[in-house]
Amino acid sequence: MESDMKIKVKDLNFYYGDFKALSSISLDFRKNHVTALIGPSGCGKSTFLRCLNRMNDLVDKTRVEGQIMLDKEDIYNSGLDVVELRRKVGMVFQKPNPFPKSIYENVAYGLRVNGIKDKNYIEYQVEKSIKQAALWDEVKDRLKDNALGLSGGQQQRLCIARALAVEPEVVLMDEPASALDPIATTKIEELIHELKTEYTIVIVTHNMQQAARVSDTTAFFYMGELIEVADTDTIFTNPGNKKTEDYITGRFG
Amino acid sequence: MLENNCKINNQVSCRSLLLRRITEKIVFNILRLSALICAGALLILFYFLIKRGWTAITWEFLTQAPRESMTEGGILPCILGTLGLSLGAIVVALPIGVMTSVYLTEYAKDGKILRIIRLGINNLAGVPSVVFGLFGLAVFCIYLNMGVSLAAGALTLSLMSLPIIIGSTEEALKSVPDSYRYASLGLGATKWQTIKKVILPTALPGILTGAILSVSRVAGETAPIMFTGAVFFSPNLPTSIFDEVMALPYHIYVLATAGTNIEQTRHLQYGTALVLIVLVFAVNLMAIIIRSKLRKRMKL
Repeated sequence: MESDMKIKVKDLNFYYGDFKALSSISLDFRKNHVTALIGPSGCGKSTFLRCLNRMNDLVDKTRVEGQIMLDKEDIYNSGLDVVELRRKVGMVFQKPNPFPKSIYENVAYGLRVNGIKDKNYIEYQVEKSIKQAALWDEVKDRLKDNALGLSGGQQQRLCIARALAVEPEVVLMDEPASALDPIATTKIEELIHELKTEYTIVIVTHNMQQAARVSDTTAFFYMGELIEVADTDTIFTNPGNKKTEDYITGRFG
Repeated sequence: MLENNCKINNQVSCRSLLLRRITEKIVFNILRLSALICAGALLILFYFLIKRGWTAITWEFLTQAPRESMTEGGILPCILGTLGLSLGAIVVALPIGVMTSVYLTEYAKDGKILRIIRLGINNLAGVPSVVFGLFGLAVFCIYLNMGVSLAAGALTLSLMSLPIIIGSTEEALKSVPDSYRYASLGLGATKWQTIKKVILPTALPGILTGAILSVSRVAGETAPIMFTGAVFFSPNLPTSIFDEVMALPYHIYVLATAGTNIEQTRHLQYGTALVLIVLVFAVNLMAIIIRSKLRKRMKL
């Protein structure tokens, strides 16, 4: 059971300057599972997500305490290569953010920056990733076109393909469907379902139905604290904490 | 209660509405007038130059060297000299300016050093052009032994254009959305890879436009080159970057203040000024074309 855990977070505190945004979070993420992080705005769920690939390092005056283990490695260990960590722990952002390059170059980008020069391999990997992201049929005839010409939903699936191309072990998704229409959202959700056979997925979402649909485990955050974590079914049918119940029944948040 | 309210509202709004409408008209017209004055200044300047200088513009004027103590002939050496000085200035200033801007916007953390560097750059922009000229004379011409030369003049001009290039490049870099930076770093790219492959290409239209505009700005300067690169008269075209050159702005200055026959060469002075300003406009136009072409390629 223990060895099933891909990421183990222990007693994590996070500060923006003097403000404590996360306090003593301990939460484990099971391999090949989808874990949803839910909670009202400002509860710290996105901050927590960005701790998992050290994206918060890019924000000035932030500080982390505690331990995050990816497999057997502490990712906040000073000897760790952050660049390599971010390859292993990929990220999909709230707003689709393709580069102003061709569709092909967007997906090939991660491979190129990681030093891969073999043209055939890049081509193979680009096609594979776009197929995985369920976008291939829509773009296969226009891979050389600028990615900014795609629709919002297509752009987001391209960003997923871009993240998958470098073969990450974990995929972090920060409200990946919040800027998309319902049809595009459905596609992304179906995609998440398929991806979990290969990846460990952590998704932040404001949409409770979405959490219920896509995740195996759900963690509820409130005011920088982890209130409750359990099987998604349990959380939504029989929450153990009053605050969780209030939130998922729409009494606040 | 409700009726009463409406009455009051009606009385107040009738007077104030009229007043507000008049104020609106007055403000609008004042604003439009100042915009017209700005555009008008340029038009009048152009009209003036064309009217006075048009007769001087001949094929010979553009393709020959000056003759008869510069009262006859053309200004080809000056055109070439100004082009050479500008080209030299941009070749030196662009890489230094872009690297400085990348350091300032992407790498430097807010702190004492950054503030000192910024203070320095801002003050560099405020240094009078004649001081640049003297500095260039002391450092490039004398200390570095370049003499009065194309190289010394171009270096002096490049120093002068640096603050403008840095300013416009920083703007261009800041206009690249942070989401691109996060996306790239999130894929395991290093900071430098992110800058090289995503940020600089995206900012390129803005950077190039700013650089060209800054050079077209300094191309018309007289004071920085009068001690460092430009000469009164040179019988030969320069053959190396260590030769002295003639230049359009300095040529105008010379003809208008120290020529052998100032009155007789009036039309040549205006003609030279017209050539200079057309050249500067052409460069600006080129910048606009480059920008829109690159932007189109970037956007769709």
